[in-house]
Amino acid sequence: MHLHPPQLVEQIQTVARQIRLDVLDMVYRRQAGHPGGSFSAAEILACLYFHQMKIDPARPDWPERDRFLLSKGHAAAALYSVLAQRGYFPASDLEKWGHLGAHLQGHPDRIKTPGVEMSSGFLGHGISIAAGIVLAQRLDGGRFHTYVLVSDGDMQSGVAWEGAMTAAKYRTTEMTLIMDYNDVQLDGASHDIMPMEPLVDKWRSFGFAVQEINGHNPIQILDALDTALEIHSQPAVILAHTTKGKGVSFMENSSKWHGAVPTEPQYWAARLELEGA
Amino acid sequence: MISINVRNTDIPHRQAYGESLAAYGDINKNVVVLDADVSSSTLTSYFARRYPERFFNLGVTEASMVDVGVGMALAGKIPFVNTFAALLTLRACEQIRTCVAYANTNVKLIGGYAGVSDYKDGPTHFSVNDIALMRSMPNMTVIAPADNIEAARMVPLVAEFEGPVYMRISRAAVPDVFDKDYVPQIGKGVVVRIGQAATLISTGSMLGRCLLAADLLAQVGVEVRVINLATIKPIDQELVVRAAVETGAIVTAEEHSILGGLGGAVAEILALLHPAPIEMVGLADTFTETGPDPDTLMDAWGLSINDIVQAVNRVILRKQIVVYSLGR
Repeated sequence: MHLHPPQLVEQIQTVARQIRLDVLDMVYRRQAGHPGGSFSAAEILACLYFHQMKIDPARPDWPERDRFLLSKGHAAAALYSVLAQRGYFPASDLEKWGHLGAHLQGHPDRIKTPGVEMSSGFLGHGISIAAGIVLAQRLDGGRFHTYVLVSDGDMQSGVAWEGAMTAAKYRTTEMTLIMDYNDVQLDGASHDIMPMEPLVDKWRSFGFAVQEINGHNPIQILDALDTALEIHSQPAVILAHTTKGKGVSFMENSSKWHGAVPTEPQYWAARLELEGA
Repeated sequence: MISINVRNTDIPHRQAYGESLAAYGDINKNVVVLDADVSSSTLTSYFARRYPERFFNLGVTEASMVDVGVGMALAGKIPFVNTFAALLTLRACEQIRTCVAYANTNVKLIGGYAGVSDYKDGPTHFSVNDIALMRSMPNMTVIAPADNIEAARMVPLVAEFEGPVYMRISRAAVPDVFDKDYVPQIGKGVVVRIGQAATLISTGSMLGRCLLAADLLAQVGVEVRVINLATIKPIDQELVVRAAVETGAIVTAEEHSILGGLGGAVAEILALLHPAPIEMVGLADTFTETGPDPDTLMDAWGLSINDIVQAVNRVILRKQIVVYSLGR
């Protein structure tokens, strides 16, 4: 057990709530985006950006910064919110998401957006890219950690498991994988569309140290992230059980909200619910 | 004019590349090399033996290997990502599009066994679409060195060039053309033979054949210009347009499909800037077959010296018809 002060937990919850409010606003304003998978990742992103990662928003290219790869690029709005909250760019930029000439693209773009380490959009890339960062950093004796957030859909793509083999071969302990396992994807429940269980066994057999947590509980997330840093024999994965659409009751556990936009009454109902949280 | 002299060699193109990469690895410690279980074929094995700590054999994980290379580039290395050209550009196509081209990462993609040079393994192993695929990607530079000298000299240039590069390398021993003093430049073509009757534009392994075809044509009084375009993208537009203006007829030659490769790239420029008759020597839009050796296979499938000569004769005839009809 690692000690995490109550103020930190409270701060994480505040940041996560703001992520959800920002995402709701952004999706509604733009009439496009992916609320479900953005909501499921809120606490994880808040823990990474407001506690775990060694970063300096004033120096997005600081060589020793920790790296974060959003392999599930469709949660772009959540990433943009946490980057804005952390000070990488003004929160007012969020209003221009998807506008012509704006730096915030539909999916993350490393060239355009400060703080975005890697462009993403199609699933399956993050694990391999992280392994490459780790292998390169070893040659330079680098002192930073790389975090990767993957989704259900990521882990259905074969290339992700190719990357997992590479990570296991080189025992890339300098990276931590977090799986935002909400069990819902675009077309339906993941366990119906393409069952992946038993995932713990799969990860173990691929050479990973596995932790299973509730991905909305800040203390469990923070503990798991700390524990992952202490594993020096194999790469670590945190299987974070989450709820797609978490925080808005009518969006929860529904594939409909993978990439849907709320109507005006739905927007206000969701807003009310999130503000009360 | 560049000093040239077509001569056969026993040294395969891939060996020139592999040796150059190993030698350059000593100079530039930022170079890392990845291969997908074919290092003893692509000959990145030379680099692997000298710098095992900077060599990563990732098995048959081509798509993931490209992404691993992307990660290394993000962390400041210069990754040379190697496997057979067809696997690299087809199996890892989305990785290349999204994580190399779109993300504009400094990854060097080296496609070995390009064209039909892996004659004995047949059409599954041939790479005849790679130029078309790679040149349609924004940010990508596409290079096909003509001979061993050019392949070897390109290695440092590719490494020191900032941005994504795709370079194709033949499995075969292709005729040497350039002499030891030749220094290629990315983005620049070179005139290797002067002439006014037509221009032969070659990329990659076809240069020796083009020069021999030009010799045959000269014997009957037809002097054709020959250009080597090692960089297909960004293409040396000025050199191509000048050839069209000054010689009025163009023939392209490539060990690649006639769809979308060098022929397509040159035709696009001619159509937009200076229309002129063009003939394309390349592989027809059909799957080919296994052969007894690369030269026999190339001869049988439309890439022979005689095919080049015939294409030049056709294009000159078309130029004359155009001139004649305009004259009336």
